[in-house]
Amino acid sequence: MTTVFGVPLPAILGQLMLGLVNGSFYALLSLGLAVIFGLMGVVNFAHGAFYMLGAFAAYVGLQFLGVNYWCALILAPLAVGLLGIVVERLFLRHLYQLDPLYGLLLTFGIALIIEGVMRGLFGASGKSYPVPALLQGGFNLGFMVLPIYRAWVVLASLTVCGITWFLIERTRLGATLRAATENARLVQAFGINVPLLVMSTYGAGVALAALAGVLAAPVVQVSPLMGSSLVIVVFAVVVIGGMGSILGAVVSGLVLGLIEGLTKVVYPEASNIVVFIIMAVVLIWRPTGLFGKE
Amino acid sequence: MRAQIAVYAVLAILALAAPFLGLYPVFLMKLLCFAMFACAFNLLLGYTKMLSFGHAAYFGSSAYVTGWLVTARGWGTIEAILAGVALATLLGLVIGAIAVRRQGIYFAMITLALSQLVFFICLQAQFTGGENGLQGISRGSIFGIIGLGADRTMYYFVLAVFVAVYLLIRRIVHSPFGQVLKAIRANEPRAVSLGYKVDRYKLLAFVLSASLAGLAGSLKALVLGFVTLSDVSQGTSGEVILMTLLGGSGTFLGPVVGANVVVALQEYLSDVVGAWVSVIIGAIFVICVMTFRRGFVGEIEGRFARGAGKL
Repeated sequence: MTTVFGVPLPAILGQLMLGLVNGSFYALLSLGLAVIFGLMGVVNFAHGAFYMLGAFAAYVGLQFLGVNYWCALILAPLAVGLLGIVVERLFLRHLYQLDPLYGLLLTFGIALIIEGVMRGLFGASGKSYPVPALLQGGFNLGFMVLPIYRAWVVLASLTVCGITWFLIERTRLGATLRAATENARLVQAFGINVPLLVMSTYGAGVALAALAGVLAAPVVQVSPLMGSSLVIVVFAVVVIGGMGSILGAVVSGLVLGLIEGLTKVVYPEASNIVVFIIMAVVLIWRPTGLFGKE
Repeated sequence: MRAQIAVYAVLAILALAAPFLGLYPVFLMKLLCFAMFACAFNLLLGYTKMLSFGHAAYFGSSAYVTGWLVTARGWGTIEAILAGVALATLLGLVIGAIAVRRQGIYFAMITLALSQLVFFICLQAQFTGGENGLQGISRGSIFGIIGLGADRTMYYFVLAVFVAVYLLIRRIVHSPFGQVLKAIRANEPRAVSLGYKVDRYKLLAFVLSASLAGLAGSLKALVLGFVTLSDVSQGTSGEVILMTLLGGSGTFLGPVVGANVVVALQEYLSDVVGAWVSVIIGAIFVICVMTFRRGFVGEIEGRFARGAGKL
């Protein structure tokens, strides 16, 4: 059997695949964070909680309402996105004039509420969500077995990231959005409803998090705390990529997922801290992040 | 000025008499430890406007070191506390040096991520006891002279340390160094243009805050006799923010008030509502951010701005 550094090749490839899957979640989540931050200047601490809600929406849908995976893929982000819009209208909207730190603190409080409610309702233990029938099994690639579901996760999130990038960088709506980021008052003066734009952006960013949650439901345990430590990793990813940079968020999400997977093979003890170490190194070397502009 | 003296006199009498008023001494000490933690945090948030989202790293790691040295190494209480504080100071220096390179929201996210690094190290290291934490930490004595095992003796020891820290923080804020910090808070570019090496001032404030947070953590480990992972976790970092914000950041008494309210709420609510307590904490966060951002003491000061002096 082929080995690299004394580790069998299939084991390395398997971990890299897992890393790529995790990286896809990082990419989707940091994409949403970057979009929200770019337009609103709000660091959405509740992002992990919305991701968890997405997974729970899929779980509850399947268990109690008979909503299958494919419908959940559409419905859960819609429902959670609507909740995000409510949060924006009721709370966040009133904080735009203030120091951005208040947005961070508010969303931290909201994350505590959401996670607390879910723990009160469902308990802290993890629930399992079945892989949909269509995506069960794996391809035998000769040197390793590639689980179809994992391949689907990577494919789906890359597609969504691509679509989001296209929407923001190449369409008229995206151009308006970017203009509003630069100068909201001027865009408003052109007769564009900026508050509506901001509200929908927050909803869309949150929906992306929920989508990541649905995608993650079959590969991780669905639990109320699944998002709370993930959101910190995603923060680190966003800091590494450079805040507000969409491309930076996606690329660094994927790459860091891969690096994390590799670390699991080489030095497993460091696998859950490697992202933070990289962040520290990047900050010392380039304080604005890899893709960030001053 | 007169109102200020009156408030402090009442507080001093209350603090000295508290163990005789039928209040549970361990609970009182826990209040004091968290009040100290919040005051240390306030030095950073209130006077430099740097929101550290990872202060549990210093609080918890110092608690672990003190607890471990006392239980596994048989160190004396004071030496173990000092060792804990030394580690917190060192951590503050390293993390602070990286984090002060960015401001505002970035600073918050970086301190949060680096504190998560500390959390995972505590989770995996041998000496911390991993998921179980450290238990059965004995309080020992002050240089073998005064035993701290009795709750009342320990209470007065913790109270003495708290008062010392409180006065130290007042002294720091009123010193020329503290004035520069306030200048940075008010207008950082202007402070730079006046020739101040802003990053150095911020780093020093960060290190001071981290070491005092460590002192609070060490004392908390001795008071309660155990250290758990939650002491280094994101939740504790969030709680100290809430305490400071709720009481009033940038006021001296605010963090003390906030810490008392939050700890008391947790103590009593966890019996009544169980896991829902984090919902209530989250709701207080939201209400505080939405309606009274200056905190209890800040709002009161604002209202009596002309009549009374600054608390």
